[in-house]
Amino acid sequence: MDTRVHDDPSHAGTASSVAGAREAIPISLIINGRQRHFAIEPWVTLLDLLREQEHLTGTKKGCDHGQCGACTVLIEGKRINSCLVLAVSRDGAQVTTIEGLADGDRLHPLQQAFVEHDALQCGYCTPGQICSAQGLINEGHASSGNEVRELMSGNLCRCGAYTNIAAAIMEVLDKDGAP
Amino acid sequence: MNRFSYVRAAGVPEAVHEGSAKHVRFLAGGTNLIDLMKENVERPERLVDINRLPLNKIEDLEGGGLRLGALVTNADTAYDPRVDRRYPLLASAILAGASPQLRNAATNGGNLNQRTRCYYFYDPATACNKRDPGSGCGAIGGVNRIHAILGASDQCIATHPSDMCVALAALDAEVRVTGPDGDRVIPLTEYHRLPGDEPWRDNYLRPGELVTAIDLPAEDFTSHYTYLKLRDRLSYAFALVSVAVVMRLDGDLIREARIALGGVAHKPWRSPVAESGLAGERASRANFIAAAHALTEGAVGQGDNDFKIELARRAIVRALEQAAAGTPQSQTDKRVL
Amino acid sequence: MTSPTLTPTRIGDPVDRVDGVAKVTGQARYAAEQPADRLLYGWVVSSSIAKGRIVAIHDEDARAISGVVEVMTHVNRPQLPRFDHSYKDALCVPGSPFRALYDERILFNAQPIAVVLADSLEVARYAASLIEVDYERETHNTDFTVALADRFVPQDKRSGFEAPKNRGDAQSAYGAARCKIAADFHLPTHYHNPMELHATTVVWEGDGRITVYDKTQGPQNVQGYLSAVFGFSPEHVRVKNPYVGGAFGSGLRPQYQVYLATLAAKMLERSVRVVLTRQQMFSHVHRPEAVQSVALATDPSGRLQAIINDAATSTSRFEDYMETVCDWGLMNYACENASAEYTIARVDTYTSGDMRAPGAATGMTLFELAVDEMAYAANIDPLEFRLINYSDKNAMDDTPFTSKALREAYAQGAAKFGWSRRTPAPRSMKDGRELVGLGLATGMWDALFRQMAVHARLLPNGDLEVATAGSDIGTGTYTVMAQVAADTLGLPIEKVTATLGDSSLPESPAEGGSSMAASVGAAVQVACRAVAEKLLVAADQIEGQPLGGARLEDVTLAHGRIALKSDPARSISFGDAMSAAGLETIEVEDTPASRSGSSGQSRKSRNTHSAIFAEVKVDEELGVVRVTRIVIAVAAARIINPKTARSQILGGVVMGIGMALHEEALTDHRIGRCMNRNLGEYHIPAHADIRDIEVIFVDEPDPEVTPLGVKGVGEIGIVGTAAAVINAIFHATGKRVRSLPVTLDKLLDS
Repeated sequence: MDTRVHDDPSHAGTASSVAGAREAIPISLIINGRQRHFAIEPWVTLLDLLREQEHLTGTKKGCDHGQCGACTVLIEGKRINSCLVLAVSRDGAQVTTIEGLADGDRLHPLQQAFVEHDALQCGYCTPGQICSAQGLINEGHASSGNEVRELMSGNLCRCGAYTNIAAAIMEVLDKDGAP
Repeated sequence: MNRFSYVRAAGVPEAVHEGSAKHVRFLAGGTNLIDLMKENVERPERLVDINRLPLNKIEDLEGGGLRLGALVTNADTAYDPRVDRRYPLLASAILAGASPQLRNAATNGGNLNQRTRCYYFYDPATACNKRDPGSGCGAIGGVNRIHAILGASDQCIATHPSDMCVALAALDAEVRVTGPDGDRVIPLTEYHRLPGDEPWRDNYLRPGELVTAIDLPAEDFTSHYTYLKLRDRLSYAFALVSVAVVMRLDGDLIREARIALGGVAHKPWRSPVAESGLAGERASRANFIAAAHALTEGAVGQGDNDFKIELARRAIVRALEQAAAGTPQSQTDKRVL
Repeated sequence: MTSPTLTPTRIGDPVDRVDGVAKVTGQARYAAEQPADRLLYGWVVSSSIAKGRIVAIHDEDARAISGVVEVMTHVNRPQLPRFDHSYKDALCVPGSPFRALYDERILFNAQPIAVVLADSLEVARYAASLIEVDYERETHNTDFTVALADRFVPQDKRSGFEAPKNRGDAQSAYGAARCKIAADFHLPTHYHNPMELHATTVVWEGDGRITVYDKTQGPQNVQGYLSAVFGFSPEHVRVKNPYVGGAFGSGLRPQYQVYLATLAAKMLERSVRVVLTRQQMFSHVHRPEAVQSVALATDPSGRLQAIINDAATSTSRFEDYMETVCDWGLMNYACENASAEYTIARVDTYTSGDMRAPGAATGMTLFELAVDEMAYAANIDPLEFRLINYSDKNAMDDTPFTSKALREAYAQGAAKFGWSRRTPAPRSMKDGRELVGLGLATGMWDALFRQMAVHARLLPNGDLEVATAGSDIGTGTYTVMAQVAADTLGLPIEKVTATLGDSSLPESPAEGGSSMAASVGAAVQVACRAVAEKLLVAADQIEGQPLGGARLEDVTLAHGRIALKSDPARSISFGDAMSAAGLETIEVEDTPASRSGSSGQSRKSRNTHSAIFAEVKVDEELGVVRVTRIVIAVAAARIINPKTARSQILGGVVMGIGMALHEEALTDHRIGRCMNRNLGEYHIPAHADIRDIEVIFVDEPDPEVTPLGVKGVGEIGIVGTAAAVINAIFHATGKRVRSLPVTLDKLLDS
């Protein structure tokens, strides 16, 4: 956040017209199978809603600009960057986060494969990698190593676990039968 | 991010009505708008959410073309069997861009309207005529590795970041818009502006106008095409230079070639001179080099980006070779063919 | 591989990361994810100039926003200590540590100058956007190449800094030689950019105590720092970092968000969370920019006759950060004449600092680029050249190594990689349109050991807890601790709970320098052995003394039982021993006495080594480089866990590939501001950039180096990797690129 607010005449006076207003809009989301109701301001992102209001902190904030993939969740089974979604715009949507993948104490096959392949180090990009991998499997466009690598490229990993992540995903793809 | 009011448009007329007010932005996929709002670069007073409008279909047009709804996501467009079969260049270009997550959210209309990736545009602490008219251009004389070599002005050297639009330009797509004064159709190549002395205007949309669809003409460019993208890492990076080529060949005689350049100007860059120069000529390296020079005629570097002139020429030649050979660039196998 | 239940886990088993399940299920909570009542969100406002003074901060509009509790600036901040010593953390460097909001001075661009505190993140973010600042600008310089004119050798050196030692007469030998090279190499500024944003949650406990969840590599360092700066008594400050989302050095020294969050908590007597933006992650610590001038000369047989290895790195105006850049080349190669001079130069940025393999990632990598140039000038295969100039001892200090299996690393790496298929001439190998290049480099890092304490607690059912104030920053420390503990007491790893990341636990240094596995492993073993001794004493309370007063060396521990080696049928359970002695738990806190028991150890050098082989394919016309294969052979003595150790190496290699091809902070020196300060434009490798990486751990028994015979592996993977890639690019193209990263423009012939 930078400090020099420019005197753009096109915006003059606009701040005051809405300043102080905290316009809450009712929405509902189905998060990990549970219906949840919220009254939220339109500027709340899905990521911040999940982390700060639902305390589902498995979804990570790594850049807040769609440049790292740590915030990846599944909406209606499709992977998206939750940092670039205003929650109000997804009223009624089904959202799956990392917390919703395991079946009770039984890990999801991707989670199990990530542990076995040591496809993580610090663990911070990991939920996003796994949700992204689930989205990749749902999409059905990847079967080769090259395809997995290209179609996982929206998830950065600074620890450099890439080869293990790709191996874990390939294992699950192969078990499921390549689409 | 500033404060704004939010309304979900129930229909196109309502959206147009809402969108005609000042300081309003349409919200579709949001992948660029929300990004810019977080940087306080975009500060709309009101967002009109158009995601529920019935603009989310891909439909066949009479005569064999295809209409891409403005709200169809980039991913659904690229993987649509009709697009994949009839317009493989477009599918390839879309898949060369952004990431799967972003393509799942970003829409076709939004892709046209995404704003530049210029560092200075994104940083309100710096000068930028596009963001803050009259404040100057930080990129001129600054860090400008990613900036324009063609069509820039002394006010702005930003580039349009889209991959999809480069393919659409080569395909002679048309943009359908609706607005307070009714519907109109804008050729893609005339949709985006050059910065000139009004760099804050990215395109020729009028206030309140809403993109409803992109029409692809019925033409067969399924054999000789390619989308070649060169960038600073092998995926998930904006183009330094990209080239979309479609070609019609008769043996090794070029009947028609269209070449669009991305990452080098404020809009996808085409050159009638370069293209007509190829028509009727042989598909030879010498002719491709001549076309590359014609297409980059007048290119000017800004310092850091001087290399882009030569890179663009080489990329054009390679893309023409790929298209002529019928070996389009794969977006998953990173070997450049 | 998951250890089958009840089978004792051994050192050397490739067990799964014990914190893996918490991380893959999203249950692991990082610094910004700890709940607190009445939490305030702090949003940091950053300066837009590089140097000068704040004349006024206009915060009226921000304060008018409902939900804003305070705008904290240098004007209204609580009292702070006046003298530098209060701000000096355990890992500080000479100079005057940065104090955010201390006064109106601006020392670097994007300096924190205000914090908006509000009851929601969104309110804080919005209000921060309304703050306007008037500045008085002063002339700045952020251009290192300009600053080099005033490079200098600091009087006051960083603790632990070892200046290079010259030998022979390098200048004369270089002058006299006929076969020689000289070149300057440049490394740009790198930012650590761990995936987790730097963040702190300060929980205001209300009774004078604070609990601070911080993104740090050293909770006790932060505890000491906060106590000194903010006047807390140390026992009132508890710093926790159970999970750290990467750091690579950025969490070694207390970062400004923990200072700001604590300052605000103290001011408002409320719990406060401050999370930096990704853009703000480019406003603090970074790997310094570097220039290294290397001159090498050989005799006709390829033996090095002279090494001249001068380097300079960047630091801030207010602190003198130094790192060991020049020594590596002088240590690694046999050569009678060697000299080096290390200097630093000041720019108007935040102070540079340690980033993965500080000094070596720069100095060894750039030196290995020069070695390749020398090998070609001498017309000798680069691997052969390194063998000709191989030094069995530390050639700079003239000390023997405790172990150095680099020769084996070269041999095994070369065999696995297929070095012999390489044709030496540049541009001589092709694959279709692409030029193929095979390159090699050497890596070297310290095998550090630090004394630390571990607490161990055994329950009668065999459950074992081991704890220390260290950190696991993705390095596998939890796993190493649990594994060594399990090995020592003959337990399956599932029976062991390892606890880290809490300043109230026994004393531990910060996680860094690849020291933790060796250090914590030794401390765990000592503590668990002490537990075993107590078990034996307890066992002697059993009527009839079934173990006959056996000592530790007389028994085996497995499956929760103590058995005589001489008669394995005679055994008793841990539980029976403890109940006989009336013990509900056995608890021990212990520290290994020193690096190892024997004397005279300081006269030996302790280092890890590696040989890195890279294959690249280059589309010469377009400058596109693909790193298609890496083989890295590492000599790091005993490996506690081959699975997690391999991951450490992989991570270093990936960062090394990024160093070769991608990473570079781009600064507009007119305004002194980093412009590509986001992950879209500051490129690190993505999935598509990383293909096959093979890791070999060569056999290198070394009981001397550390008590467990372990050398750390956290940094060795990055050292030299970029050189292997760039040397491969030369082999492919015949082009020498001496300024990193090798972006495609540098390979275009105009």
